Amino acid sequence: MLRQVQVERDILAKNDAFAAANRLRFEQDGVLALNLVSSPGSGKTSLLVRTIAALQGSVPLAVIEGDQQTSLDAERIRETGARAEQINTGKGCHLDALRVQQALDELAPAPASLLFIENVGNLVCPAGFDLGEAAKVVILSVTEGEDKPLKYPDMFRAARLMLLNKCDLLPHLRFDVAQVIANARRVNPDIAVLQVSAETGEGMDAWLDWLHGELASAVSRREESVTALKKRVAELETQLLSLRASLAE
Amino acid sequence: MHELSLAEHVLGLIEETAEAEGFHRVRKVVLEIGAFAAVEAEAMRFCFDVVARETIAAEAALEIIGIPGTGWCRECRRTVVLSEVFDDCPACGGRDVELRSGRELRLKALEVE
Repeated sequence: MLRQVQVERDILAKNDAFAAANRLRFEQDGVLALNLVSSPGSGKTSLLVRTIAALQGSVPLAVIEGDQQTSLDAERIRETGARAEQINTGKGCHLDALRVQQALDELAPAPASLLFIENVGNLVCPAGFDLGEAAKVVILSVTEGEDKPLKYPDMFRAARLMLLNKCDLLPHLRFDVAQVIANARRVNPDIAVLQVSAETGEGMDAWLDWLHGELASAVSRREESVTALKKRVAELETQLLSLRASLAE
Repeated sequence: MHELSLAEHVLGLIEETAEAEGFHRVRKVVLEIGAFAAVEAEAMRFCFDVVARETIAAEAALEIIGIPGTGWCRECRRTVVLSEVFDDCPACGGRDVELRSGRELRLKALEVE
């Protein structure tokens, strides 16, 4: 017999549940997780290698690398001395929260550390899949064209920061920096923008400052919640003592 | 693109619902897909056919209800239809438009036996 079943559930409900679990884990450990998204060839991995070299020794960090095939990127990251876990998505065009959770079990990021999640190079699909990150950072290279934020609005809406990479090439290109920033702010008025070059290191200081600032707030949020928990434990212990005392009477 | 993994998520929800509701065959699957959900209906149909093979939904018809993109313009105070997610208000040209619909990706209902 035919019957109707009203389901009314988000198709991505399961991914969102795994993402929420990852987010809780990051918050409890004071781990700043950043989801790095871009089209292929934007210089994401080169930028990451340079960033790791600059941070090494001062900030504990780890990397999750997402690619459809090969572990080339994880190998490039490991050459810097950083810990990296490669996820091959195979037929998938994006990372999902479950795969990130599995990679976290392998990596076990240190408390108060940075976790870079380098997503599959694709400006469409990764926008829809929450991984539990604190923020998405979109990398756009100046060889790609000013219209990308308008063509792929979901990604630029979802990102908190846009890194405009390969800025050392600007003298050789017809690329309007003011226009690309205006396009990005048209789809996301709150997006922050930094101009960088993974090749020459230009603009890296501002990016490193941004990272330090975000990490400091992730760590202080964790300390606040630890302080709140300790206070609650102390309250409960006091209650327990008075209960014991009243029982003894 | 990501329609394949969305189709897998749909099938996962169907199988969960089958366990809870105790049905063995799905005749119809109704999805709601927003205009700004970055999903192509035809790609979704193709992918769903592939992932549903040899499952309880193998013979199910897929109905896709398209949800238009709409927003609330805070300047002229009305609901407007948007063709892009970042559109200015098509009625008054105002920039302050709050998205009200268009991002839906929902499994709405099933017809089962």
